[in-house]
Amino acid sequence: MRKTLLVCRRELSLLFGGPLAWVLCAVFALLANYFFYSDLTFYVVFGGANLSAGLWRYAFLDWRLVAQLVLPLVTMRMFAEERKLGTLELLWTLPVRDHELLAGKYLAGVLVYVVMLATTLVGPLVLHALHDFPLRPLLPGYIGLLLLGSTFVAVGLAASAATENQVVSAMLTYGVLVLLWFVSWNEAALSERVAPVILALSFFDRFYGFAQGVIDLRDVAAFVAFTLLFLFVALRTLGARTWRGIA
Amino acid sequence: MGTTRPVAVIEVRSLTKRFGAIAAVDGVSFDVQPGQVTGFLGPNGAGKTTTLRILAGVFPPTAGRALIDGHDLATAPLAARRRLGYAPERPALQLDMTVAAQLEFVAAMRDVPAGAARRATVDGALERTGITDVRRRRLGTLSRGYRQRVGIALALVGDPPALLLDEPTAGLDPRQAADTRALVGALRSQHAVFVSSHVLGEVEAMCDRVVILHQGRILAADTPERLAERLRPAHQVDVEAIAPAAALRATLAAVPGVRRVEARTGSDTGPARCRVEVEPGTDSRPAMAAAVLAAGWDLLALTPVEASLEEAFLALVGGAETRA
Repeated sequence: MRKTLLVCRRELSLLFGGPLAWVLCAVFALLANYFFYSDLTFYVVFGGANLSAGLWRYAFLDWRLVAQLVLPLVTMRMFAEERKLGTLELLWTLPVRDHELLAGKYLAGVLVYVVMLATTLVGPLVLHALHDFPLRPLLPGYIGLLLLGSTFVAVGLAASAATENQVVSAMLTYGVLVLLWFVSWNEAALSERVAPVILALSFFDRFYGFAQGVIDLRDVAAFVAFTLLFLFVALRTLGARTWRGIA
Repeated sequence: MGTTRPVAVIEVRSLTKRFGAIAAVDGVSFDVQPGQVTGFLGPNGAGKTTTLRILAGVFPPTAGRALIDGHDLATAPLAARRRLGYAPERPALQLDMTVAAQLEFVAAMRDVPAGAARRATVDGALERTGITDVRRRRLGTLSRGYRQRVGIALALVGDPPALLLDEPTAGLDPRQAADTRALVGALRSQHAVFVSSHVLGEVEAMCDRVVILHQGRILAADTPERLAERLRPAHQVDVEAIAPAAALRATLAAVPGVRRVEARTGSDTGPARCRVEVEPGTDSRPAMAAAVLAAGWDLLALTPVEASLEEAFLALVGGAETRA
């Protein structure tokens, strides 16, 4: 655990030591808040009566897209850059296990994401100050966003562990996320036999409940399972040096 | 523990590493003693880096075992890795971090307690590698020579008993290479140092022992002097005299104990030089001198030829290749 925290702290200092993390946080804040402004305008103009169905749902679905756009760029360098610089080799010679390394980087990615999510609170809080409304229905949406984004981080780490090229790492992550996102759009394109499997894999669908203020424990379990699956893939990819060597 | 501490800090037994069908390292065994610099010599592609990576804990061997300060890398990997410092050929540095921050991170990972102990080991590593003046600088702003030193400092921090240095002088200018050799030599007082190189002169200059690796196998392991001695193809003497070359050659060939004479330089009038190969264990120099003088020539020099490690190495590698 101590090693995991050390790795996490180093990762955060690497992320924020350069411009990338600052730029990504700023872009996230800008896009997320613009989406909120746009959703709010829509809600006001079309006179919705139900905040949950008319505003929060759209805001959470839009923020999900921003996370999908930005998070692969947060995780892309985490292993790829270390592999390229040779520092990954050095980390492997230190008394730390692969899963501790992975956990430290995962934790750092999730923490950056939490900072990003915090910037989305601005709109709802300003609105709350002007016009009182219950904040509680927002909670499931944020829990859902956190679970979904954490899964993105796990996917990104698995991709980053597989290459020393950050662009390849980001594109791999986008590929997996976009595929899992729209694979369920056209069920007619799927044969009857594979459809249930594909639909089970499409963890994006599981976010709709959260966005509408409903927490289903099966969805929570599914996100946790997907996160663990991709972290396992990342761990095995790191372990591949045993038979593949290091370039 | 009940058992006596092993004498060798690094013990390698029948180490083999295969990548697919290729054996990069094939049944390698040797020891690295404390207080010594052991050189790991071999042509590029011999398997030096693969061996070092196994010893550094980067990946496990396919077969065989390696102990660091008595801890088996396979069964007690964390204890073993806590006792080693590794500097890869290309310094592995995060360019946006400061020198001190990288050293502190590695010290913390090697379980050096925070506070005075960690500050002391970081300061010590900076001082021994001569980079105290750049401790607050980012790696990206440092020259190649400095980066190499930071790489060695990262291996040193936490004072691990075993140091593994992969080609520490690669890519340095002659002055920097000389400084690095001096630095590596000084490390033997506190560590068992295992340093790879494909440059013979370098190994000869800084190592107490040499392990020669070729195509994944060990060809020889000994002190540089004894290796050169043992592998000297035959005892040779250079004879130089003011004499016609052909006549000198014939005269020397007639001396008892001489196996072969090879004319090196010379004409019919000027000084001539011959390389004489004599039976091992005999010293034919007085007889050769007498023969030259008896012929009425002036003897200029009579010098035993020292076999260099370079020749020994080429002979070994050449021999291995003809056997293969």
